[in-house]
Amino acid sequence: MAGRVLVGVKRVIDYAVKIRVKPDKTGVVTDGVKHSMNPFCEIAVEEAVRLREKKLMKEVIAVSCGPQQCQETIRTALAMGADRGIHVEVSGKDYENLGPLQVSKIMAALAKKEEASLVIVGKQAIDGDCNQTGQMTAALLDWPQGTFASEVSVDGDGLKVEREIDGGLESVRIKMPAVVTADLRLNEPRYATLPNIMKAKKKKIASVKPADLGVELTSRLEILAVEDPPQRQSGVKVESVQDLVTKLRDSGTL
Amino acid sequence: MAALLLCARKALLPGSLRRLHTVYQMAELPETHEMLRQTCRDFADRELCPIAAQLDKEHRYPAEQVRKMGAMGLMAVEVPEQFGGAGLDYLAYAIGVEEISRGCASTGVVMSVNNSLYLGPVLKFGSEEQKQQWITPFTTGEKVGCFALSEPGNGSDAGAASTVARLEGDHWVLNGTKAWITNSWDASATVVFATTDKALKHKVTVPPQHTHTGGPGQEDCRGNLLGQPGMGFKIAMQTLDSGRVGIAAQALGIAQAALDCAVDYAEKRTAFGAPISKLQGIQFKLADMALALEGARLLTWRAAMLKDNGKPYTKEAAMAKLAASEAATLISHQAIQVLGGMGYVTDMPAERHYRDARITEIYEGTSEIQRLVIANQVLKDYRC
Repeated sequence: MAGRVLVGVKRVIDYAVKIRVKPDKTGVVTDGVKHSMNPFCEIAVEEAVRLREKKLMKEVIAVSCGPQQCQETIRTALAMGADRGIHVEVSGKDYENLGPLQVSKIMAALAKKEEASLVIVGKQAIDGDCNQTGQMTAALLDWPQGTFASEVSVDGDGLKVEREIDGGLESVRIKMPAVVTADLRLNEPRYATLPNIMKAKKKKIASVKPADLGVELTSRLEILAVEDPPQRQSGVKVESVQDLVTKLRDSGTL
Repeated sequence: MAALLLCARKALLPGSLRRLHTVYQMAELPETHEMLRQTCRDFADRELCPIAAQLDKEHRYPAEQVRKMGAMGLMAVEVPEQFGGAGLDYLAYAIGVEEISRGCASTGVVMSVNNSLYLGPVLKFGSEEQKQQWITPFTTGEKVGCFALSEPGNGSDAGAASTVARLEGDHWVLNGTKAWITNSWDASATVVFATTDKALKHKVTVPPQHTHTGGPGQEDCRGNLLGQPGMGFKIAMQTLDSGRVGIAAQALGIAQAALDCAVDYAEKRTAFGAPISKLQGIQFKLADMALALEGARLLTWRAAMLKDNGKPYTKEAAMAKLAASEAATLISHQAIQVLGGMGYVTDMPAERHYRDARITEIYEGTSEIQRLVIANQVLKDYRC
């Protein structure tokens, strides 16, 4: 059962960079700071490419929403094995306000347009940590969802997804078309090999505007302030368990 | 929570080691090279950094890592795709070697020797048949090659090589001893330089018999001729030109690793009530180190780009190698100084960077030889 996989890839500040809050508290410093593909998105791309390599899917399309620099992120997905890319152009204030709701509307529109059988995204992005886009996309499309996937296999006309949940692991079977969100243990993403980096240069990236997809981008959220977390307070050492219980009682915790 | 899991997953040096992440460092490179730099850096961080100290301690050849690098195309960067290579240019190769060497200098030189000194001459001077036989199996990382010019009796004095070659039927038979041959223990083939008489030099490719002193001692080895008889010296010199850019890149990687180590330590170590990075004495050192590194890097990239454009690059390659190797020694020397006592002990990588850096001023043309090459070219330039 061959089909198209749509993979969402997000350009985020590199995980190793020390984040600095802007003095005006409207956000974090992004100018001149190293960006890369969200690690969970890398895992999503890897899974999509593996499905195509096993001939369970026909084509992998990498999608990114944002300014011109997102094309670099798409190019990385192409170097990992995606077949083509779609860059949804969003810049300026629209980009600053871009959140899971708008992105899921875009992904849903593209999934319909490209007649995708599967949408895979990372479970969350390491900047927003929202963990909403996959779920919202499934809801907008009225498709089943397998989130926090640590294993995905094709089962007839559906998918078997092993989900990582607080209590352990949950196995679900969902019919296709479906949405899956990738968790950490789903796979180990491959390195982009040099020949694949060269091949990626020839693969196509189409540009499209959200308006072309019938999506309007006004945000229903307003960011009030962005602040550093409070400085970590030092702890107190106690001599015995009795002392600990007394301290906890006194502070009202017990 | 996501960040914590990622730190564990990425299994890197504790996230504390500061690495240069600013965009300006990379803004000048074309996108392909930028992606290549990133993939090599990721590989080095994940696969080489964690084991580099151990490899050094055990004097171990990184066979598994070399295989993985082969799978990525790093062992045959410039080799055309038809022979199994990555089909990229020399600038890409220089960037790759630098990033790999930053993770592990020894792995970096394995990569450099296989690419520049072994595949280089075979690709340039080999017949179609020789290319099929001696290139393709050496692109995957399963087999590596080496380059045997130096002997116990001559290093800088390449012309005094005493390994002899005589024609027997349709094969050349070699007799002599080579020494100081990088990769020789693990190599499956060698480009060997030998003479039929002192006036001429021949070169042959031959499966080597290994000795344990890093020198294939060849007694009556059989081999195939590469190029034409008498071309040996020319082949050696041209190969060394490109090899120099590779070693310059390796030195850059070592230098960068040493600088990273010094900056990270200076930001954390407190003395006289503040991190030592606040002291002008330390700041001046770091500035000089960074300057030496950037200068050498630009020289290396320029030499690589000249080669890619088919222009003569002998002077520029010598300048790159000289600048990069002297920068590496300077930077790793000062890094030890910044680390103080910690720089001297094996707990920190500074002393390993120093040892790794030191040899770059010696092999593939000593700094003195580089100066002769540069002076020669400079005088030529003025005499035209």
